[in-house]
This record gives sequence, structure tokens and C-alpha cells, in this order.
Amino acid sequence: MSELKSGSNLEKVLKAGHFAFTGECGPPKGANVEHLKEKIEPLKGMVDAVNVTDNQTAVVRMSSWAASTIMCQEGVEPNFQMVCRDRNRLAIQADILGVYAMGIRNMLCLSGDHQRFGNHPESKNVYDIDSMQLIALVKKMRDEGKFLNGEEIDVPPRLFIGAAANPFSDPFEFRVYRLAKKIDAGADFIQTQCIYNMDRFKEFIKQAVDMGLYEKCYILAGVTPMKSVGMALYMAKQVPGMDVPESLIKRLRGAGKGKAGEEGIRFALEQIEEFKEMEGVAGVHLMAIEWEHKVPEIAERAGVLPRPTV
Amino acid sequence: MIVADRKPLKEILEMLDGCNRVLIVGCKGCVSVCNVGGSKEVGILASILKIAGKKNGLDIEVDEKTLERQCDPEYVDQIKDVVADYDVILSMACGVGPQFLSERYPENRCLPAVNTTFFGGAVQHGIWEERCAGCGTCGIHHFGGLCPIARCSKSLLNGPCGGSADGKCEISKDVDCIWDMIVKKAMEQGRLDDLLKFKPAKNWSTARDGGPRTSVREELVQ
Ligand code: SF4
Ligand code: SF4
Repeated sequence: MSELKSGSNLEKVLKAGHFAFTGECGPPKGANVEHLKEKIEPLKGMVDAVNVTDNQTAVVRMSSWAASTIMCQEGVEPNFQMVCRDRNRLAIQADILGVYAMGIRNMLCLSGDHQRFGNHPESKNVYDIDSMQLIALVKKMRDEGKFLNGEEIDVPPRLFIGAAANPFSDPFEFRVYRLAKKIDAGADFIQTQCIYNMDRFKEFIKQAVDMGLYEKCYILAGVTPMKSVGMALYMAKQVPGMDVPESLIKRLRGAGKGKAGEEGIRFALEQIEEFKEMEGVAGVHLMAIEWEHKVPEIAERAGVLPRPTV
Repeated sequence: MIVADRKPLKEILEMLDGCNRVLIVGCKGCVSVCNVGGSKEVGILASILKIAGKKNGLDIEVDEKTLERQCDPEYVDQIKDVVADYDVILSMACGVGPQFLSERYPENRCLPAVNTTFFGGAVQHGIWEERCAGCGTCGIHHFGGLCPIARCSKSLLNGPCGGSADGKCEISKDVDCIWDMIVKKAMEQGRLDDLLKFKPAKNWSTARDGGPRTSVREELVQ
């Protein structure tokens, strides 16, 4: 990891050896720019980059590239997310060039949730390429200056390439190999699925450390504070590949009426403390879902402020 | 085989609205094997239509005929002397059948009585599952003989995705995650290395994406 690949703030923070702290923001269900700006506002200065989701859970929202552009204008660095569900390789490459031209420097490559979950279950799913191939595609465009078909690109996009890893989906034994495959394909950084089962995560990160993966790629641990017992139950039962231990649900219940949210934040803070010390973890990705205004408080209490300027 | 399901009666009746003379044509190929469009099912649909006609005070005459296959001009020809007697030919073959009939008998209206669903097989009596999507370049030897194109909900070539849980696909607990099977089989066989290799983007031009396909076997063309 000698010279900078993209020059993004996130890349610089990680490269300088700081413990990274990234946030997340879902674009509005409409063209409501004011609403988007309201969601971006509390994230300013609190995180190194903000993931801008791409039709997350297959629900139509303002496009991630447009919302990322607005975020740039607001002075916050976006981590542009792209899913393979909604675009073929032509649209994918066109959008990659477009976002780079608009000043975006980080991109997270995802398969995307199947549209069966979303608000247009009757749509056709594209999946021309998968997330692994998307990672390799962005790398090829950046490092070789070539399109997928081998043609030269006139000004290649220089993006910091991100990918996701879910240590909690099955088969568990294969998960670290899939991580390795993503890193080989070209991932510069990884953001994991929300972690609640710390034991299982530790086992996963130990495997990654043993395989030397953390030396080739920055791994950011995913944290989503539980807002309520209901949210924990929903995550436990309804979200495939999510592992919410019974002990956490008990702990949230035990907090008493109206206090589960605070208990959820406390649990998240304890996790962040552990991650700071954990070998192989280069930072935290905080996904405060529809809780953006809580990010300053969480960042403050987690002791990750002020964010480094590099 | 090609698997199909019979269309709901309501839809068939709507299609037949205003028709008095109907020839139901079955097929002894795949749709017979999957119990949807063979002579038995043709007989059942004929009876249902006659009863429905009577109930609604309609004067519908329904005849039956089941051909060896409907995807072969030779067999499609076998009804050439009778088609003129009917307003409608209702095919119970897969989507190929009513099209071969339409092309052979341009004067007639040819309608589909079934919804053609997939290429698959019977996993147990009465249950069929999809196995192939006809992508035109079979690559299942890379995946332990299991097809992620047809059987992974996202057609991932470098799976499994993060939604795979307990052997099931993220879309439903009723759908197996084929990638779970591919990985477990590779582990059991000690061939995990195969799966660690990056599978590049697929060339879809041999699939339907490349436009309608034709297969020419020179030695057979006269
Ligand atoms: S790889 Fe293509 S041809 Fe082979 S089983 Fe799958 S869809 Fe069918
Ligand atoms: S859960 Fe398995 S079958 Fe379903 S989309 Fe993911 S990898 Fe494919």
C-alpha cells in the first residue's frame, strides 16, 4: 500500500494508520434535497466518509450517485455504494466514470438484496456481473485504465475500492475465504455486516489475521446500535444472515421501558472500545439506520473525535 | 424437461370468450411427464370447459387431440384436416407448442393453456424444481455439477452472498441456497481450491441476452 490509489480522505486516514470511523446515510424516498441535507448535517466532521446506499433493501430511492454528489457539495466525503441488481455492465461502467467525474473517490461494491424484499418485487433482476466481478472491474478500470472489454479509458476513474463481508452468514467456514477472494479481486477496504455476536466475529477476524488478510486490506467492523427491543427482534428473525444473540435482546429488555435505545448505544460503545484494540480491525463502520442525528453523540462518547485531518 | 403449470380456469375462460368450437391439443412430451398437458389433462380440461360452458349457458363444443409432440412440424401437421372446424386451438404444450401451431395454421387462433415455467425435473412425486436456465454455455463443472445461474437467486458466479443462512436463500426459507450446496460439496470432496478461483464476468451472448437463438446441425440439414 505505497502510493495513494484514489486520494480519498478515507484512504488517507487508513493509510496514515488512524482508526477509521465511517458513517452511513440512506437517500430520501423522493427528490427531497433538503431532507437529504438534514441527514448529512449531523455527520459533518464526525466520520471519515459516509456510505450512500443504493436502493437499499431493493426500495427505490434517490440514486446513490446523485445523493453522493450532493454530499460532496455539502463537504462530506461519500462512499458511493453500487449494487449489481439494477444495472448491467454498460450502466455500471458508465456510472463509475460519472461518479468519478463528479468528484467521488470511494466506492463500495455489492451484490444487493434481492428485489423480492423491496417495493418493486415484480422487477427484472439484472445480475449481469456479481459483486466479486464488480470489484475486479473497478480495479481494472483504475489500474489498467481499461474497460471490461479491454478498450482504453480516456482518463481512468481512480477510486478507493470497498467491499462487504458478512461473517455471520453461512457456510461460516467459507466466509474468510470469500473475504480473501474479494481482497484478491481488488478490494482496498472491507466493511462488515452489523456485528452483534462478538465471539463469532472474533473467530472470523482471527482467521483473517492468520491468513494475513488484514495486511492487504483495511477491515472496518460494522456497528449498528439497536434502537429498541423491537428492532433487535426484527433483525434476529427477519434479516437473513444477521446474528443477534439472545443475551443482547435480554440486555435491551432489562434496560426497562424507554431505555433500550440508550442500552443499545452503550453496547455499541463497548463494541467500539473492543474493536480499537482488536488485531486486524482498522476501524468502525457505524450504520446508525435512520438515526443519523445520534452520530455526533456516539462519536463523542466513543472517543473517536476529532477526526484526523490528513 | 420443460415444466409448466396449467393456467387458472378463469384466465382460460376469458381467453375463450366468444368462442364456440374449441380444439384442445395436448402434447405427449415434457408436459405429459409433468402432468400438465398430456392426454389425461386434456380430457380433464375439456370436461371442465364443457361444464363451465353449460353453467354459463354457452354453446361451447370442445374436442380433444394429443399429439406426439408439438415442437415438430411432422406432428403438428397431423391436425391439418380438422383445424378449419374450430374457432380456437387451445394448446396444452409448453410455450413452443402454441407457437408452432400458430405458424403452421395462420388462419386459426392458437392460445396457450399453460404457463411454461422452467427446465427442471421431479424431485419427488408432484414436485418439480428448476435446474437450468439455458444459458448456452454450460459451466457447471466449475461448481461441482450444480448450476448457480439457474439456481442462485442472483446468478452469482462467486457466491455465496451474505444472505445465505442455514442452507437457505435470502429470498425465502423455502428456497435452498445453491451456493451453500456448492461450497459444502467442494469441502467434502476436498476441492475448495476450485471455488477460490475468481470466476470472471460471464459472456451472456449465448444466452437469451444475445437475441433469439438458432441451433444448426449441418449434417442433418437437407
Ligand atoms: S450453466 Fe447454463 S446450460 Fe449449464 S445448467 Fe446452468 S443455465 Fe443450464
Ligand atoms: S442466498 Fe445463496 S442462492 Fe440466495 S442469492 Fe445468496 S448465494 Fe444465491
